[in-house]
Amino acid sequence: MLNMTPTVLKNLLSKSSTRMYPIEKREPFERYRGELFNNIDECIFCKKCQMKCPSQCITVTKDKDSGTGTWICDPFACIYCSICVDHCPTGSLYMKPVHRAPSAERDMMEQTGKIKPPKKKAKAKK
Amino acid sequence: MIENQIDVTLESLVGEVSKMKSDGQRMVTFSCTNIGDGKADIIYHFDKNEVLTNLRLTVDMDKPVPSISGVYFAALLIENEIQDQFDIKFEGLVLDFGRKLYLDDEVTIIPMCNNTKAMKPKK
Amino acid sequence: MARTIIPFGPQHPVLPEPLHVKLVVEDEIVQEAIPALGYVHRGLEKLAEIRDYHQMIQVVERVCGICSNIHSMCYCQGIEEIMGIEVPRRAEYLRTIWSELHRMHSHLLWLGLFADAFGFEALFMQFWRIRERIMDINEATTGSRVITSVNVVGGVRQDLTPEMCSWILSEVDTAVKEIKEIQNTILSDYTVCARTKGVGVLTKEQAYDFGAAGPTLRGSGVASDMRLLKYAAFDKIDFEPIVEPDGDCYARSTVRFRETLQSADLVKQAIAGLPQGDIAAPCKGNPEGEIITRVEQPRGECLYYIKGSGKKFLDRVRIRTPTFANIPPLLAMLPNCELADVPVIILSIDPCISCTER
Repeated sequence: MLNMTPTVLKNLLSKSSTRMYPIEKREPFERYRGELFNNIDECIFCKKCQMKCPSQCITVTKDKDSGTGTWICDPFACIYCSICVDHCPTGSLYMKPVHRAPSAERDMMEQTGKIKPPKKKAKAKK
Repeated sequence: MIENQIDVTLESLVGEVSKMKSDGQRMVTFSCTNIGDGKADIIYHFDKNEVLTNLRLTVDMDKPVPSISGVYFAALLIENEIQDQFDIKFEGLVLDFGRKLYLDDEVTIIPMCNNTKAMKPKK
Repeated sequence: MARTIIPFGPQHPVLPEPLHVKLVVEDEIVQEAIPALGYVHRGLEKLAEIRDYHQMIQVVERVCGICSNIHSMCYCQGIEEIMGIEVPRRAEYLRTIWSELHRMHSHLLWLGLFADAFGFEALFMQFWRIRERIMDINEATTGSRVITSVNVVGGVRQDLTPEMCSWILSEVDTAVKEIKEIQNTILSDYTVCARTKGVGVLTKEQAYDFGAAGPTLRGSGVASDMRLLKYAAFDKIDFEPIVEPDGDCYARSTVRFRETLQSADLVKQAIAGLPQGDIAAPCKGNPEGEIITRVEQPRGECLYYIKGSGKKFLDRVRIRTPTFANIPPLLAMLPNCELADVPVIILSIDPCISCTER
């Protein structure tokens, strides 16, 4: 009998275990996989992330005529596993520990950057 | 690679399974694999004191397989699942869901058997 | 009195997931129960045809929303065994730590839901508050609360720093202290015992015949635990399966309660024995051959049958989840119980329907 009473009294006297969320926010953990970003200036459009992605949400296209490449990610299909970050050869993909804000409509992350000539070829030309 | 494997045939299956039961083995599950040419492998897994024993049965997909749900009642869900996914008929099922355990009426293709890789990666 | 058929579920206040049971009732006493599945079937096994064996790790993690880490661990163990990859000891210990943390949070979740099933909302909140500590450990060490994505073929992706280890130890200790504070309520409270003792009895013979798994089997007095197979770091860790002889809902909840405390102890043992070294071995080539691997999940024994033919895509991934094995025993427990006890009995097997249907 009255097994719960000490817990109830303790809870009555201690402060709330929940947070007033939108006003008060907890600091995110450093390792938390919140949102995926691409530092497009470092991206070499090698398509490795596209091949490794388990949910196949990344599309990389190259346009040789204009010398630009496009990196498209569907953030609503992304499962935030950070496999692409692990496999990125230049380290241009990275994750921020803050999760994505809710969105009313579907939008794609689309980034366009210049294709850099491969290093070996650049050296050979010199 | 699979230890303790015993090959069985359609005729000897129920007898072997009854032997397992009288030996005090717990039925774990069976695994069905499509091996092509209209044939499938069904591996029956049994456990006793954390040691697995496997019975391997190779069947033609269009021929009915004797159900072992009379021996182990728990087999009925697994047999219904294989019926759903591979369209292998089981004779003498205790409770037959008639290919509707997981799937709806309007599904006409057999999920694990159409060898066409129908789904293309999403663009 | 005439027999009435009462549909239970797929939407029911106590069920987090859609399970449908047709109950044939006579005078409020259940005579027969017929299950109906197929509300959350996703066909994940079929995905093996279009996802390569590395990508399948993320797929099998999504089989279950609670014990995701243990699913991927089981799958990786299978692939490693086919390909003959030696996993570094540190990775095995890390896998053990995360899998036991998963067991803790899964059991705390279940204890809360179970309290909710017999209408004890305050106890439900208490358990879930403790569970938040374990979720925070998961989030801080792996990067995600439930779908940890730490396992890869050959090892793990994240490492634990010494600061993290000491923080985990102190958090787990606090959680254990808090769990022990409400031990009396869940195990010896009069109303709780009245709702659970002698309800939904599954005898030892029945449990064995119907192929029960995990706490349902151990709650009926059978000492069967896949951790005795000594996978991962369990060969070096002191471990005894927890068994209760009675086979009723109370026995099953006691097994889970004691396992929560046991898992905390296993986490501590694994952290104490954590060796130094690499966390992943390189993985080259494609798997060829077939393998059966088994691990112990919070809900019971989980079996993976994997068949590869030297290609990037696996021929077959067959997943036998514990709840799938626990549904036939449920059908044996339900007859001759009162209609009001049905939610408690269904909850007592810890049903995970998305696991069952995959």
